[in-house]
Amino acid sequence: MLAYVIQRLLQAVGVMLAVGLIAFAMFNYIGDPVNNMVGQEASQADRAELRQQLGLNAPFPMQFARFVANALSGDFGMSLRMQRPVAHLIAERLPATLELVFASAILALAFGVPLGVFTGIKRHSWVSRVILTVSLVGVSLPTFVIGILLIYVFAVLLGMLPSFGRGEVVKLGWWSTGLLTKAGWLAIVMPAITLSLFQTTLILRLVRAEMLEVMRTDFIKFARARGLPERAINFGHALKNTLVPVITIVGLNIGGLIAFSIITETVFQWPGLGALFIQAVQFADVPVMAAYLVLVAAMFVLVNLAVDLLYYLVDPRLRGERAVAGGGH
Amino acid sequence: MALLEVEHLRVEFETRRGNLIAIDDVSLAIEEGEVLGVVGESGAGKSITGMAIIGLLEPPGRVTGGEIRLAGRRIDNLAYDSMRRIRGKEIGAIFQDPLTSLNPLYGVGRQLAETIMAHTDASPTAARARAIQLLGEVGIPAPERRIDAYPHEFSGGMRQRVVIALALAVNPRLIIADEPTTALDVSIQAQIIQLLKGLCREHGTAIMLITHDMGVIAETADRVAVMYAGRIAEVGPVRDVVKSAKHPYTKGLMGSIPIMGREVERLSQIDGSMPRLNAIPTGCAFNPRCPDGMARCGVERPDLMATGGPNRAACWLYAPLGVAVHG
Repeated sequence: MLAYVIQRLLQAVGVMLAVGLIAFAMFNYIGDPVNNMVGQEASQADRAELRQQLGLNAPFPMQFARFVANALSGDFGMSLRMQRPVAHLIAERLPATLELVFASAILALAFGVPLGVFTGIKRHSWVSRVILTVSLVGVSLPTFVIGILLIYVFAVLLGMLPSFGRGEVVKLGWWSTGLLTKAGWLAIVMPAITLSLFQTTLILRLVRAEMLEVMRTDFIKFARARGLPERAINFGHALKNTLVPVITIVGLNIGGLIAFSIITETVFQWPGLGALFIQAVQFADVPVMAAYLVLVAAMFVLVNLAVDLLYYLVDPRLRGERAVAGGGH
Repeated sequence: MALLEVEHLRVEFETRRGNLIAIDDVSLAIEEGEVLGVVGESGAGKSITGMAIIGLLEPPGRVTGGEIRLAGRRIDNLAYDSMRRIRGKEIGAIFQDPLTSLNPLYGVGRQLAETIMAHTDASPTAARARAIQLLGEVGIPAPERRIDAYPHEFSGGMRQRVVIALALAVNPRLIIADEPTTALDVSIQAQIIQLLKGLCREHGTAIMLITHDMGVIAETADRVAVMYAGRIAEVGPVRDVVKSAKHPYTKGLMGSIPIMGREVERLSQIDGSMPRLNAIPTGCAFNPRCPDGMARCGVERPDLMATGGPNRAACWLYAPLGVAVHG
């Protein structure tokens, strides 16, 4: 187990270093940082001095090492556009995005898995057909259309839910949460549903396909022949065997949601990272872009690490092989 | 009254091009503690008969006629949950491939315990103790250490032993063993068969042993039923069927088996092949391949009838000897 975790952690460090290199390269290839910092009228001597001060004359590996060291301490420099430390900007925006993403991931799992199991088992029932047909809407309608439709019905016509923003937020240290106030809960409903719809459909169809596959296997037939109750077969033996692919997809998607919740955030004017990133791109705000890139990569790496550990818990065959591999060397 | 009575069983598969009759008018009986061998080529309907008995025919297959009775109680028309309580508890089953019969994600002890707890009031502790005892009975060394191992940590033969332990977990009165050794190494086939037979004899469990291996049948079974194209061709005590087969198909089958120590120029074979389900000939299904065919065979279907020996055969050759008998 330990060897496995260490191995995965080393891989994660490798990935992060590679991403860090790309983020660092952006500073050198997208404009000259000195130009961005001093005005047009600065003299050649001033520039040279600043260059020396900033350590830009140091060899490339030294510069990169400093970038990594700074990044590790959370220092990504100043935003060119806002003239504020990038770390602060991100710390302000991150909670909104993470809360939205996890709310929608939980919605997607809470609906996707049971509906997938149901449509997998009762595949000839008309209820399953209705669920599958309706779920097509989830994949085929673009996110912004769903968002705007929801706003029109629930905010404009019915006036039940707010159409934009996070509602009232409470500060917990640097983390601002909307989940402790009623207004915050009302505000997150529509964005979370919008963001989760596609995921729900994906999980539903994946679980269904996997269930159909697993129900044909010999061990399910044998479990029936042993006279186990249907519930134990469907939700124990069968569902557990669908988990590995489902965990993979859910993991990849959570990473994707954090990185690309941009459209939903724009439609609902959700003050998250997506909006910050869009603005940074428009202004070529390199420090923000670099920090965003590193952050998103870190999220992906973390989620994938969690996915790998979950595999390990779910499938004893992996444990066996790893244990042999780990113990043998 | 026999333990298991199957009468005039008919199983059909509904397809777009009409219904295929997979099992047609099959009657057989198994006594308490008896080993009935069921032989035949693949597609003869052996496995389907077994699955029909435990009520696990896969759609579109279904029983469309006849009766199945266990100890006098009719079981072919039970609701799913009533039948579930019989499966495992009264009728156990063993399938061909031990590598895929066990759930890879659960330890063998857990699979044993859940089977025991599904059919008895045993506490988890008692079920676990019984599981360890069962693993010992099927010859797994150091069962108390192996109880939490996963299926992939056992060899094929050991896994089939676990499967046997699972089938015997709550002492069923009948085991349906569908090709239990076909997927195994030849060197351990005999061990597994001996184990199964020994355990069943100890517990007084009857076995319906489905196989295409006449060698296994000859060593294990008390009686044999030979199936051909969804029907029973011949049934009788194992000695008589092997030594003095009556039905031309059984004779052909026996002639095609090599026997050590017997001088034969070359093994005989039956010309042609078994008909497909959608092209079963009228009359006797074997008549186009039969060396002893008569005019009547292509028209009228023979029932099992007395042959003058202990065997009964579905063949018009024996018509003069008496009236057709059922069962």
